[in-house]
Amino acid sequence: MLFSENFKIALRALRANKMRSVLTILGIVIGVATVVALLSIGNGATASITSSIQSGGSNLLTVSPGRLQMGMASMGQSQQMSHLYYNDFELLERTLTGRAESVVPVYQSSYQVTFGDESFSTTVSGVVEEHAQVRSFSLADGRFISEGDNKSHLRVAVLGDTVATDLFGSFSPIGKTISINGVKFEVVGLLESKGAGLGSPDDIIFVPIETGYSKLFGDTANYNGRKTVNNILVSVTETGEMDTVSAQIAYILRRAHELKPSEEQDFNVLSQTDTLATLNSVTQTLTIFLGAIAGISLLVGGIGIMNIMLVSVTERTKEIGLRKAVGATKNQILTQFLIETVTLSLLGGIVGILLGVGIATAFSVMGLISSVITVDSILMAFLFALAIGVFFGLYPALRAASLHPMVALRYE
Amino acid sequence: MIQAEGLTKVYQMGESEVRALDGASFTIGKGEMVSIMGPSGSGKSTLMSIIGCLDVPTSGQYSLDGVSVESLGERGLAEVRGRKIGFVFQQFNLLARTSALENVMLPLTYAGYSGREREKRAFAALERVGLGDRTHHAPNELSGGQQQRVAIARAIVNEPTILLADEPTGALDSKTGVEIMDLFQSLHRDSGQTVILVTHDAYVARHTDRIIRISDGRIVSDDINPNPIKAGTAREE
Ligand SMILES: Nc1ncnc2c1ncn2[C@@H]1O[C@H](COP(=O)(O)OP(=O)(O)O)[C@@H](O)[C@H]1O
Ligand SMILES: [Mg+2]
Repeated sequence: MLFSENFKIALRALRANKMRSVLTILGIVIGVATVVALLSIGNGATASITSSIQSGGSNLLTVSPGRLQMGMASMGQSQQMSHLYYNDFELLERTLTGRAESVVPVYQSSYQVTFGDESFSTTVSGVVEEHAQVRSFSLADGRFISEGDNKSHLRVAVLGDTVATDLFGSFSPIGKTISINGVKFEVVGLLESKGAGLGSPDDIIFVPIETGYSKLFGDTANYNGRKTVNNILVSVTETGEMDTVSAQIAYILRRAHELKPSEEQDFNVLSQTDTLATLNSVTQTLTIFLGAIAGISLLVGGIGIMNIMLVSVTERTKEIGLRKAVGATKNQILTQFLIETVTLSLLGGIVGILLGVGIATAFSVMGLISSVITVDSILMAFLFALAIGVFFGLYPALRAASLHPMVALRYE
Repeated sequence: MIQAEGLTKVYQMGESEVRALDGASFTIGKGEMVSIMGPSGSGKSTLMSIIGCLDVPTSGQYSLDGVSVESLGERGLAEVRGRKIGFVFQQFNLLARTSALENVMLPLTYAGYSGREREKRAFAALERVGLGDRTHHAPNELSGGQQQRVAIARAIVNEPTILLADEPTGALDSKTGVEIMDLFQSLHRDSGQTVILVTHDAYVARHTDRIIRISDGRIVSDDINPNPIKAGTAREE
């Protein structure tokens, strides 16, 4: 008996119980959709994070406060426990001459920004002139923060692309005055968009760090009477010297922080490669975690299918008896029911793939993450659904095939 | 040629056992038309299921055309059912939501005929039972008599040598029942098939050439009916 005939029988049986069929495949649909959407979004996120980190420059070292813990926890390390000071920056700038192209401090915090009726909270970053070059920012309009701005504590600001659009729409922000936490700043520059992603300047307002300390950040930027910073960025002259410079920074800061040899560092120095590795391990953990959820959903879906197929075998006992009476062999009955289950699960798989692709595309369209849909992930989801069908279909099909013809025919 | 010797079928019901058949012996030659009569629960259906290779006896010998059924495996029994035997049931047992034509095609599907050949044969079988104009009706769009005709078409489509009918008129009114008996008689006359039918209606039984009576799983009489009624002639009681 041909596959196509079994397939026709299967479709007829499934159509006879439309609602039941739909509910049955729901588990598979959700599972497969999750897998596809997850992989696509994960791929997209990894790609955009990687590219945004790499665009930051491969010679960049980032010094941040806190004790380094690998894995998930490093995302939310306890920053309040330890501090980096403006003094640390000055010290590094002095001692790293020659080895470092530039050393820049960053202090950032979230504030309410207002222009006319528009008002929202966003990240404000206190920076110096070299910041733009260290982070390879390009200007769309105007200029970046200058040394003079910092010297004279001028209230000027450079806007990230998204912030500018949110505040001014399509109008040019240059020369306009915005208010940050009630303090007036004049917009002097607009950055080009770098797209969504980690470390993207799109959502950030840049101000001179000195202006920030004197007019905006207030006491929160002080600890024990010393000015604090969130990060110190060091762009190393020779890429080959990254490790040496990193070790040197550690040595200098340990001394500055008066740490005993037995004490752990209260800061950490990360290169772009380190950051990438950390992020990758985070994405991997997340992928495994969500993958497990999707797997459980598929498992539950499979059990649901098996349950319904067992019900179906019982309901169709008489039909099975009749098929055997007119000459169907055990194998033919087995094949028929197996194909019916596989049809169900593949139907769920196809709907799930479409839904998953839809979700992933919606993420892209909404600008959250530019997801990357790969043939691999679709193929994998499809094979998964197929495997579920075969695995969970086998038992009901065996039950049907081994029914005694006479007992089946007498079944009421 | 059907040969049965001391057929016994015992069903185990927990502690107790039911002897549905208790040493039945008989021979039915090729091309005979026989009815099996007996009260409800006397073992008629059990006997038919053994004759039709749907089941095997607990003890005793049963052979079909000289081949002993015990020697056939599960697969062999399925093949015999598909090629040598046509079954007709009291409740028709048609597949719901499936056209008459497709219902009739079912045995051919399992026997491995090509799609075109199947359709041709199924159509011819439906013509033979007088339903050439109802091929695309589903069972719920047909009367009881028509449904039983579809079931008969399904039983003869493989051109089996033995046609088995378990109370084929049991679910029909007497007029329709007579029409079905007429069909069996004409099938028997035209193609010389062995026809065995179970009934508890003596009038129906008198349409056949030989009547076997069974009670409590035993054969109590086996008589030739010298003047079988020709279906459709006036009922004389
Ligand atoms: N699967 C079974 N299990 C137990 N007892 C059965 C089974 N099938 C039939 N019987 C018993 O066997 C006897 C004969 O049944 P059956 O052949 O159906 O009789 P008939 O067709 O003459 O009415 C009855 O007593 C019935 O209850
Ligand atoms: Mg019976």
